[in-house]
Amino acid sequence: MKHLRAVNRKALRVEEHLAAAWGDVFALQQGQGPSQPRPHYPLGCSLVFSPGWEVDSAGGTAGLCQPLERDLYDCYLSCFWPAQVPDHLNNYPDWTSKCATATKDWRNIDLVFP
Amino acid sequence: MTTYRLAEFHPFRGGERQFLYLVPSGAIFELSDLSAALLRQLEAGERTREELLDALGAQGHPGAEIDEALEEMYQARAIASGAGFEDPPQPAPRPFPLQTIVLNVTNQCNLSCKYCYEFGEDRVATPEGKPKFMDDATARAAVDMLIEQSFGRRAIHLTFFGGETLLNFPLVRRIIEYARERAHAAGKYVDFSLTTNGTLLKPEIIEYLAENQVGVTISLDGPKEMNDALRVFHDGRGSYDAIEPKVRELLKRHGTRPIAARVTLTSQVVDVLKIYRHLKHDLGFHEVGFAPVTTSPVRLYAIGGRGLDNILEQFTELAQEYLAFALRGEHHGFSNVSDTLGELHSGISKAHPCGAALGLVGVGPSGDIAPCHRFVDADAHKLGHVSTGIDRARQNEFLDRGHIGRKPECHTCFARPICSGGCYHEAFVRYGDTGHANLHYCDWIRGWTDVCLGIYGEIAARNPAFLNHFDERKAA
Repeated sequence: MKHLRAVNRKALRVEEHLAAAWGDVFALQQGQGPSQPRPHYPLGCSLVFSPGWEVDSAGGTAGLCQPLERDLYDCYLSCFWPAQVPDHLNNYPDWTSKCATATKDWRNIDLVFP
Repeated sequence: MTTYRLAEFHPFRGGERQFLYLVPSGAIFELSDLSAALLRQLEAGERTREELLDALGAQGHPGAEIDEALEEMYQARAIASGAGFEDPPQPAPRPFPLQTIVLNVTNQCNLSCKYCYEFGEDRVATPEGKPKFMDDATARAAVDMLIEQSFGRRAIHLTFFGGETLLNFPLVRRIIEYARERAHAAGKYVDFSLTTNGTLLKPEIIEYLAENQVGVTISLDGPKEMNDALRVFHDGRGSYDAIEPKVRELLKRHGTRPIAARVTLTSQVVDVLKIYRHLKHDLGFHEVGFAPVTTSPVRLYAIGGRGLDNILEQFTELAQEYLAFALRGEHHGFSNVSDTLGELHSGISKAHPCGAALGLVGVGPSGDIAPCHRFVDADAHKLGHVSTGIDRARQNEFLDRGHIGRKPECHTCFARPICSGGCYHEAFVRYGDTGHANLHYCDWIRGWTDVCLGIYGEIAARNPAFLNHFDERKAA
């Protein structure tokens, strides 16, 4: 939290609870004030300046601070930017169910044929 | 369109910083300039997000920051919108594990303090026809109950109380030994404390208490002229001269646990500062705690409304001294402050005013179980017997009656996380109902909570490391 500093132990617990439920940059992304809890995946989207969309200093993707496969999830779950991945809300809620860890299991994510 | 308004909190300052004590969570947050400005906007009434963006934007705050602050303050429940927050206080888990049993090892006393809640005019006890001294079988059954009913709790506590506890000291020794054996066999750790008027302390008793690390609280009302106003022997003689040399001996010899003095304030005994100086500096007590006498308002020794204000002023003055010590990282013995700071630091939010009938019960000489030591021997408040255990139906009835949810007067009070309506015994004496809120000292509690919040904020701002003491204290 930036505008409230937790001082006593209860406040620290409130802060931990909120951090776990919403993440630090949730408000920044929403940009519309208080909201109800909902799933949130704060990393990787271009809006939060993830290097996943870029290349590393050598022009490749090996040196990025997080694996580029991470972006699959961001396009799938949280980013409104149009991307070539299925939508998880209506038609393909299980698309990534076989992919526990993107860096290892990304090959299990298959094409879909609408 | 979303509108925002202030939620429930008590603002306070400390060390030039601004803080919020959130109610009912008990969380304490420090405000940034922006969040403080945001609250000032809402002080005038509800505002929409757009109005807040305009007003705070005009003060130079970027819009994204304002939104972020709004979100944080909403999530922490410092501001509300729409229907607000509906979080009724939860009932405590039941059966609640026992932590402490107070054994009233006798209901007899060698003093006749005029305000005594056990024998005085406002007594609730009905000791007629019951044993005057606890026997071994009863005390052992109480220890067995404590071991068994503490369930998974590892640290348990036994307090010896009276009457005058030392009138039955041989039993105390035997039960300490028994409780150690039983606790060891059950894989638990038990510690002991004892409250006494000090008149019967002897070198061998002091030696025993020190060796066995028994915590000692001495009931004593200050220097001679104040103590002897109401703390007298049966023949009316003051007790100070009998106590003083013994207490000095105790304080000299017993260094294994802090020794506390517990002072009862009455209309005749109100000079808090003088009493503190005497007990702390002349006699050398580690800690001194004060409590106004429990009484119906008609008694001569009852403290009137103006008297409570006077006590609060003196408490505040002594609390400022505590603060000066704390900022230097030094111990100060005014335990009313340290107790309240400890509760503020953990952010306690009480559904019940105290642990009575929850983690703590009292047991009388007859083996009857009471919500706490103050209700021992009172048939109307009996919660079972050590031979048959705690009567769960009566316990639940007592707890339901005393739950904060049943005290509508408390529901708008900022001090309710700490107070929760106050002492059951006090409420019974005043209003004939253990579940009644103690309305006669609401202003006092709010005043005192505010003073302690200010001190807490000042310490948090200027010497935050001092607050670690309270983490350790809680863990012990």
